[in-house]
Formats: sequence, C-alpha cells, structure tokens
Amino acid sequence: MRQALLALLAKEPAHGYELKQALESIFGIAYPSPNIGQIYVTLGRLEKDGYVRAVDVEQANRPNKKVYYITAAGREALETWVDEPTEGPRVRDEFFMKLVLAPLTGLADRMALVNRQRRHYLSLMRDLGELAEAAERTDPANRASLLLIEGAMLHLQADLDWLERCQEELQ
Amino acid sequence: MSDTPVVRVVNLVKIYQTGGLPVPAVRGVDLTVEAGEFVAITGPSGSGKSTLVHMIGGLDTRSSGEIWLEGRRADTLSESGWAVLRREQIGFVFQFFNLVGNMTVADNVELPALLGGASPRHARERREYLLGELGLADRADAAPAQLSGGEQQRVALARALANQPRLLLADEPTGNLDSRNTRDVLRLLGRVHRQGQTIVLVTHDARVASMADRVVSLLDGQIVDDGAIPRVRRRPAGGAGDVVELRS
Repeated sequence: MRQALLALLAKEPAHGYELKQALESIFGIAYPSPNIGQIYVTLGRLEKDGYVRAVDVEQANRPNKKVYYITAAGREALETWVDEPTEGPRVRDEFFMKLVLAPLTGLADRMALVNRQRRHYLSLMRDLGELAEAAERTDPANRASLLLIEGAMLHLQADLDWLERCQEELQ
Repeated sequence: MSDTPVVRVVNLVKIYQTGGLPVPAVRGVDLTVEAGEFVAITGPSGSGKSTLVHMIGGLDTRSSGEIWLEGRRADTLSESGWAVLRREQIGFVFQFFNLVGNMTVADNVELPALLGGASPRHARERREYLLGELGLADRADAAPAQLSGGEQQRVALARALANQPRLLLADEPTGNLDSRNTRDVLRLLGRVHRQGQTIVLVTHDARVASMADRVVSLLDGQIVDDGAIPRVRRRPAGGAGDVVELRS
C-alpha cells in the first residue's frame, strides 16, 4: 500500500479519504475496499520516513483537513520502486506442507488431501468467474479490475496443475 | 423428468493393444450422471479421461464393462446402432472440430437438427440463437476454412447443441480458444446447463471445470475423486472482492 499511496500523491496532494476513493475507482471490484484506518497508519509511516508531509487545511464549520503531499525523498523512493524488477511470486504453500508432512503424522491420507484441495480451488475459481462477470457487468470500462481477476485465475490454474503433479508423484 | 440416469457406466475397462504390450487406459470405472447434471472430468494427460468420454459416446469400443444411456444398454450396439443413438441423443464437441469443409457455417450447425428430424424453420431458429450466443451471427455464410481456430471451435459447440441432445459430451472444448472466446463458450455452457442440459466434459481448464456441479478426477485410468464442487463465499454479495492484497 505504501507505494500505491506514494504514486497517488505524486499525481496530486490529497487527504486520506480521497486516497481511499482513488484506490477504489482505479482497481474496481477486484480490490478489497481499503480500510481508512490502514490508510492513515500507512500515511503516518510515510511521514515518519520523510516521504510525505501533511498540511492542515482549514474548513468552514468542520475540523481541519490534513492534506498530504509527496516530498523529494518520496519521489525518489517511488522512482526506485518503479525502476527495480518486482519479485516473482514464491511458492510458500501451506497446503504443500500438509501434503508432505501428512504421512509422518498419520493424520491424513495424501490422496484425500489433494482431492479436497482440488475441490476447494475449483470453488475459488468459480467464485472468481462470478466476480469477473460482475465486473464485466457493472464496470466494463475498468480493465485493471478485469486483468487482476484474470491474473488471479491464472495463478489458480497453476496451483491446480501443480496439485495434479503432486498427486501423480506422491500417490 | 424420469429418474433414469442419463449415463451409467459399470466397471468400464479399455485396454489398447498396439503391437507389443497391452496398455490399460481405463481400469474399471463406475460413473453415473443424472439428468441435468454438469460433470467435469479432470486428470493428467494419459489418465484415461478422453478415452472414457469417447467410450460413452460410442466413438471408441470398450474392452469390458457396461455403458447404459437413458436406461438402455449401449455398449453392445453395432456401429450403426451407435450412429443412430448419437444422432438422436448425443452432441459431441472435440478439441479438433471436424466441421464439414464444403458447407457453410450455418449448414454445419443446422445439419444435425435436420438429420434429427427438426423442421427447417426450427433448425434455422436454433442455429440463429446458438451462433448469436457465441458471437458468430455474422459468420453464418462463411466456409469453415475462412474462420479462425477459435471461431471453428465455437461453431462445433453450436453444432453439438443444435439438436438439443439429451447428453452433451465435450473433450477439451476450450483447448484452442483465447480467454475472450473461452468466456463466450463458458457463458453458453452455463446457460444451457441452467436450462437443464446434461453435460459431461473433459477439461484441463479450471475455468471450465469450475462451472460444473461435480468434478470427477482420474489418475491412471481410475477414478480417485468424485464429488460436488463446494460453494464458497469469500465476500459479501455485491461487495468488493479480495483478488489482490496490497501489503502495507
């Protein structure tokens, strides 16, 4: 979330609630509605690191509003982030731990574990399919949202393919 | 609707013998598919899933075991008996689409309905509906060779559904499609399934499999899992998703 907020502030100064709204409209239905508290916590950390500053803006009949803007150091951190290659996803699969360790414990049969996991992944895939349809219906112009969902589907497909390999090898 | 299963196979076995050693492809499969069910068959390549649906559709002979379709014994039928059964009751979609090259797309789709005894008007309306659903209305007068692979695949699906068969069998029906064309095919499969179409489908594509009511997993020619795909609710209806997590 740090870099996302920095990127939004690089475009223009904003207060916390505006940042929340911007994230929602950019990422659409695929994005978990960000918690406003989490946004303020992150802004606080960015401020402490010297990447953003806040100014109080007076408002008629309302408490002052804190508007955040990016600093030179913040812009530099953002550029570094954009320029460096992003770490690929790592396989740190909790299910795999269960699968490998299950025979040691005598608690579960590997075949049964794989089968249950497959059904679970397929139900997640169905859920993503329904989400994609909802995104297509309600916000068809938001390609970012659809691409995110498609990315999640491709990852899930890879997980299922891997599951099949596990079942072949470990049976 | 009767409660006779659309498909029932009992201890089905297929052994290929090409030259040397006999190779078992399907080793004692029992499977029942009720009317209106959508069953996805998955498994690694070589697990026997294509052989299984080919036998259910009479495109490959069984070595032993029984195949019952709509309560009628089918594995003992002659080749011509199978041909009649397929024409009347089964739609089949292959990974490679087998369209008739010297007929238009429209004629390819209407043909099974006409052979099945539908009136020309009914066959035409059904064809218009199916091609429309698959985004191919404007390709009706084209020859198959003028179509892309993805378009031909969708025409093959339309053809398989033209006759409103009791049973739709499909072997990797999205194998050649990009993701947009896959979406059209998925949408149509979902729609005909909701209208009561019984579907048995072999697929590697989890998007396709996830639309089924039930998933059957094969490994080395045997069923290792057969059960419903559970419902998950990861998000409140109409709420935002949680496809991505941004780390703080």
